Amino acid sequence: MAKVEQRASLAKGDLADVLREMLLIRRFEEKVEERFRAGELPGFLHVAIGQEACAVGVCRALEDGDVIASTHRAHGHTLAKGTHPNELMAELYGKQEGCSHGYGGSMHLYDVEHGNLGANAVIGGGLPQITGAALAFKLRGEPRVALAFFGDGATNIGTFHEALNLAQLWQVPAVFVLEDNHWAESTPESQHSPIRDLSERAKAFGMKSVKADGQDVEAVYKTARKALDHARGGDGPVFVHLDTVRFSGHYIGDPQVYRDRDEARRLREERDPIELLRAKIELSGEDFAELDSEVTEIVEAAVEFAKAGTDPAPEDALKNVYA
Amino acid sequence: MPELTYREAVRDALVTAMRQDDDVFVMGEDIAEMGGSMGVTQGMLAEFGPERVRNTPISEMALAGTAIGAALQGMRPVAEIMYEDFMTLAAEQVVNQAAKHRYMSGGQLSVPVVFRTQGGAGWSPGAQHAQQLEAWFVHIPGLKVVFASTPEDVRGLLWSAIYDDNPVVFFEHRTLYPIKGEVPDEIEPIPLGKARIHREGEDVTVIATGRLVHEGLKAAEEAERDGISVEVVDPRTLQPLDEEMLVASVKKTNRAVVAHEAVTRMGYGAEVAAVLQYQAFDWLDAPIERVGSKFAPLAFAPVMEQFVVPNAGDVLAAIKRTVGK
Repeated sequence: MAKVEQRASLAKGDLADVLREMLLIRRFEEKVEERFRAGELPGFLHVAIGQEACAVGVCRALEDGDVIASTHRAHGHTLAKGTHPNELMAELYGKQEGCSHGYGGSMHLYDVEHGNLGANAVIGGGLPQITGAALAFKLRGEPRVALAFFGDGATNIGTFHEALNLAQLWQVPAVFVLEDNHWAESTPESQHSPIRDLSERAKAFGMKSVKADGQDVEAVYKTARKALDHARGGDGPVFVHLDTVRFSGHYIGDPQVYRDRDEARRLREERDPIELLRAKIELSGEDFAELDSEVTEIVEAAVEFAKAGTDPAPEDALKNVYA
Repeated sequence: MPELTYREAVRDALVTAMRQDDDVFVMGEDIAEMGGSMGVTQGMLAEFGPERVRNTPISEMALAGTAIGAALQGMRPVAEIMYEDFMTLAAEQVVNQAAKHRYMSGGQLSVPVVFRTQGGAGWSPGAQHAQQLEAWFVHIPGLKVVFASTPEDVRGLLWSAIYDDNPVVFFEHRTLYPIKGEVPDEIEPIPLGKARIHREGEDVTVIATGRLVHEGLKAAEEAERDGISVEVVDPRTLQPLDEEMLVASVKKTNRAVVAHEAVTRMGYGAEVAAVLQYQAFDWLDAPIERVGSKFAPLAFAPVMEQFVVPNAGDVLAAIKRTVGK
């Protein structure tokens, strides 16, 4: 997934590539669901089907030296930040070839070389560290930005408030990306937050706040670019509020008894970021099918790579405890 | 050899590291103009400025987490957590994040951060400003834990902690800040994981940490008058533990007293006792004695506080029990 040259908006040619990347993430996660149900994948798995435009739009806007912290729903962020699908799939299979060498799994995906400081299984857990990484960039005078992804559920936890407060107070080059899918696991926003517009929380710290439709990858990209330019330019952190939709359950296998099925179906029909982009660039059915078979092949190859990977020795569990 | 207070020795390690290394900086609550609640960072703002002597809000999760984030970028931050009790607020970042990043990333990351904190009874702070919580942190794989008891040790150990590539929880004891002691002219790093024999003896080994090192030395002098020869050993680093030196000492004396100010029950001393009984069982001539606080929060009224925390008298009584006197 070669990065396009950075510019304020995406050209039509880029959009085809963006579509390909989003479709790769979609097919990757569908495959993860399938292999989990087949009993091949251990652990907890959370897919972000429906939220691909957030991952791709934001990560496209990042520069090479920028770093991210992700969440328990991290496959899309990880692929979009440059980790090879083979390495990601191998991690989900617990193999040494995995991006965390079998020590992390789906909720702890790392790829430091590509600027991924880790998915985090503690809600809000990565946010203070993004403020800290941004502080290091500021102290060293490096033109880099640290960026945190998190969901609406995280806006209620202390680390969110403490990290944003300190980032704004110290004017560090950080960007805080809220992927607002309106669900904290099974709890709807109406039951977890007393306010409807969660960007008000950033404004309370005096932080610049911008919004975009999280299903429109172009809008996400443009908004993220603006936020990153602002932070990189030394003008302080930015809060990016993306309105998105989680098509799937909280975890693979979640029966979603808490969710209105008609509403979920309607959102899938009307708000699919891949379908929206496909319509926008007027991609023919034939071309889409070609693209689809191309990415499906990559995903199948990733599964083969992962299955052929090396199991860690049990006693490897005692390595990497200390540097 | 110059003489420094324990407080000055901590400051000397920080200042010296910051003079030679731009990646070292300190952050914490009230550490700039005020110089810290214990006065450790006094004068440092004037020399290094507010970027490197960073006052933070009262916000332990962000304070700890921000230090971790800077460490992930290769800086060597020293975060001051004003009271050890507040480590409970920082605990999510210290336990789930700092201690785990290297491991969960399969060795891709290191987290060279120090969390300096202090606690200790003896001045009626009550139940939320003087706990000794080292047992919480020695239980976490991925953390190193230090508890220094003298000016020389605190300076040399803090230096090593700053330059260690792992997260280190560095305990200081409030009542030790004014004590004076000789230190080498230049900072001599003390490797983490090396115990120190403070006093050699033949009949019983007192393994003590923090303030109890000094109480143990007082008790040893008293015991000497009764004809009991006491060896006093300070592990200094609680994780990793210098098992070799502790076991060797007990194999020589055949008796052991483990002493700390933290609550005895489930305390750090229980692990030390377990190590000794596994590795020196056949050498032991008496049950291992343990000294620590009684199982209660720290009371405010001085008479109650004194009743709860251990002192030299408690160590002496334990020594005598081991030799049957």
